[in-house]
Amino acid sequence: MFSSLTSFQTSLLDEFWRLHQELEEVVGDGLASSSGIRSLPRGAFPAINVVQTPADVQVYLFAPGLDPKQLSVSIQQNLLTIEGERQIPHQGNATYYRQERVGGRFHRAVSLKDDVDPQRVEATYRDGIVQITLHRREAARPRQIEIH
Amino acid sequence: MNASNAAVTQRDSHSAAPTSTHHRAVESVIRAPVDIYEDGEGIVLEADMPGVSKDRLTVRVDGETLVLEGNIRFDLPEQAEALYADVRSTIYRRNFVLGRELDSEQIQAQLKDGVLRVKIPKRAELRPRKIEVQGG
Repeated sequence: MFSSLTSFQTSLLDEFWRLHQELEEVVGDGLASSSGIRSLPRGAFPAINVVQTPADVQVYLFAPGLDPKQLSVSIQQNLLTIEGERQIPHQGNATYYRQERVGGRFHRAVSLKDDVDPQRVEATYRDGIVQITLHRREAARPRQIEIH
Repeated sequence: MNASNAAVTQRDSHSAAPTSTHHRAVESVIRAPVDIYEDGEGIVLEADMPGVSKDRLTVRVDGETLVLEGNIRFDLPEQAEALYADVRSTIYRRNFVLGRELDSEQIQAQLKDGVLRVKIPKRAELRPRKIEVQGG
């Protein structure tokens, strides 16, 4: 009669996943390159990916359900700081079975290389991802040296 | 401490079978976090799936199972080199078994800013009815 959707019972797969995530932390600490002093443990909100190209650095912030007005992105030297608040309305009259989503105030800082230009930063929000583009200074880009 | 012991055990079994396809299949999927609550009308499920647009989202009922699947679209420039990655997969997936008291024909789904909201109403005959008490 009662479905697993409404029961508190943790499925075997859920349990397996939790183990898997812990495993990744154990293994990750051992094998991965050392993490930044301001980095947060995996699973922190919002998740961040950073990629770079010869011309710019892209920071992706996985921040679903956010009002962009509640988000503050700032850069000082090479330290990018993202602060904001995510509000998840609580349904007072409802019975909750799962509350896995994270809300409230958050703060993340990303230390970038020195070659980003703090004057040229752009940010967009789409489908729950904040994409921040930081341009790298010309001089810092790799140059191909011609051999004569 | 139990948890970390369990994790170590898991690691051992993993290294014994590093090419296990089952393990790999689990690794490549993100388990979207969900809130689930119930009111008189039915059940509401809200899932965080940042990066998923409407055309890359599937909400379907397979037998009695509600399946949520989404693909993340990145605006990834060419020649991009990853410096740091919390998110290492582009696929979200979650499954839930629905009860027969729920009306899977009437499911409504909405996606906004990477948040999926699914409403699953109870069958009409099973919704609580308020019974008026007649005054004497």
